[in-house]
Amino acid sequence: MSMLKNLRNPGLWLWMAIVLAVGLWPVITQRASTREEIFTVLLSVVLASSLNILLGYTGYVSFGHIVFFGLGGYVGLFLITAYGWSLWPAMLAGGISSAFLALLLGQAILRLRGAYFALATIGINEAMRAFINNFEPFGGPTGISLNFSVYNDYGGAANALWMLYGVMLALALLNILLSYVVKSSKFGLGLLAIREDEDAAEVMGVVTPRAKTWAYVLSAFLPGVVGVLFFFKNGNIEPPQAFRLHMSIEMLVMVMLGGYGTILGPVLGAAGYQRLRGLLLTSDLFKNIQLTVAGVLLLVIILFIPAGFVGWLRNRFPKLRRFLP
Amino acid sequence: MDILAFLVDGLLIGFVYGIAAMGLTLIWGVMNVINLSHGAIIALGMFGIYLLFSLFGVNPYIGVVLVALAGLITGMLIYAIAIHRVIDAPHLSTLLATFAVNMIIIGLGTSAFSTSPRNVDVALGSIEMGPVAFPATRAVAAVASVLVTGALYYFLYRTTLGKYIRAVTDNRAAAELMGIPSARILALSFGLGTMLAAIAGGLIATFFPFTILSGATYELKSFVICVLGGVGNPVGALVGGLILGSLEGVIPAFMPTSWVPVLEFILFVVILLVRPTGLLGRKK
Repeated sequence: MSMLKNLRNPGLWLWMAIVLAVGLWPVITQRASTREEIFTVLLSVVLASSLNILLGYTGYVSFGHIVFFGLGGYVGLFLITAYGWSLWPAMLAGGISSAFLALLLGQAILRLRGAYFALATIGINEAMRAFINNFEPFGGPTGISLNFSVYNDYGGAANALWMLYGVMLALALLNILLSYVVKSSKFGLGLLAIREDEDAAEVMGVVTPRAKTWAYVLSAFLPGVVGVLFFFKNGNIEPPQAFRLHMSIEMLVMVMLGGYGTILGPVLGAAGYQRLRGLLLTSDLFKNIQLTVAGVLLLVIILFIPAGFVGWLRNRFPKLRRFLP
Repeated sequence: MDILAFLVDGLLIGFVYGIAAMGLTLIWGVMNVINLSHGAIIALGMFGIYLLFSLFGVNPYIGVVLVALAGLITGMLIYAIAIHRVIDAPHLSTLLATFAVNMIIIGLGTSAFSTSPRNVDVALGSIEMGPVAFPATRAVAAVASVLVTGALYYFLYRTTLGKYIRAVTDNRAAAELMGIPSARILALSFGLGTMLAAIAGGLIATFFPFTILSGATYELKSFVICVLGGVGNPVGALVGGLILGSLEGVIPAFMPTSWVPVLEFILFVVILLVRPTGLLGRKK
């Protein structure tokens, strides 16, 4: 019952409606270029919101979170090419394998605190990339390529793109809802307690190893699912694009930009970051130093607005908190 | 016979890895900051040597000294601008602040130098010792690394400033109460850490080709070595570097080279789990 009551938050539904409206915009205008732009934003929303469940709620910094995106993508594409699976069960299998990896890893590395955990996640991502580079069933360094005819089952490539876009929009909305449900549950309160003081949380009865592991598993599942979706759309997967550490850090930047630990933060952070990146890439002045501008922006946020955009708004205008979940 | 040659080769490179890791471990040990701009500084060290050599004809080994000085100053500036404000904030802040510095440097570097490979041609021939022959540049780099380690050790354990650094490492609050200007000592330590990174980059540039992005590889290796040798332990970093270097030398004799990083990172994670204070680190 309490969960249903929790769902009566006007801010949550307002923002879900806004995301839905933005997501439907390219469908109404039927513009493929807008669709591709928003697809990238929605992908970022899913990755950043998922990371936020671990980073924002428990305070554990996963620097190698992209490992779940890459592994999911690999498992999905492998099942599609080697066993002729359809996309839907493959997406589920990708998500489950990532969640399972998180479950195994969680038992081990979540014992590490602070920076040691962050380093271990980098190590795991690099080990996974190097391993898959040598793993013949997944194609080694050349990876896995889809045959173009695979899109025929989905009404041809052009239709498939629209369909994949729709699925991505649904997943992004699902992820926002999931973030909210987790945060407002008793489990979520336990996670927030871990973030503030893990030892105190343990004393107060939070079974911290279990709570942390489940947060890790939850934050790994959807990246695995969208990994399959993304690489299915892409048509092929190779180790360097699947386990790109840089992308992992971009996820962190989005969460920090928007405000970690909030529902809305990663969403606005993802949209803002991708929009800014697009602007910089198309500007003659900044095209070449796009990375530098992003770095300066990140530094300014870390130094002066550590709570991020949404966190800052919440602190500045406490009355608006209901509308800034 | 072959394996001996591989081993010597790996060990010589290991000395330089050790210097790179020493920079990382010093900063980590003194102020509990993991410097994610480490790789970018290594790359700057490489390009420093390259530019001095190709534009002004400066001998690469004199270049290393100049680059070291520049590294010291750059590091102190980075500390003042990017780190000092968040030094007491949670880990995420310092990790991301140093990563932001990394993005700034790599962004500027990429637009200035593109990502095409460069190399500094140092022709010193090769040295033959009994059955093994190796390039003299690597031997010089190894000797330089030992000298740098010795100098750092002397500085930390035999000078007043070094004593201050060790005091701040042990207990910053107490050190401040004793009148040690901790902010300046932290800036100096960060500068020393980046100086070591720049030296390592410069030395690596004398025997391997490089791009502006090459630093990332050595940064990852430095993490592995830090964890091997124990955080905050300069001699441990050197020993860790030798272990990693010899592993890199010997493993390819038994399996394809592409397996080396797999083993390295598995070793890294396992040591983090089993003994996070490092193989040679003191117990907490």
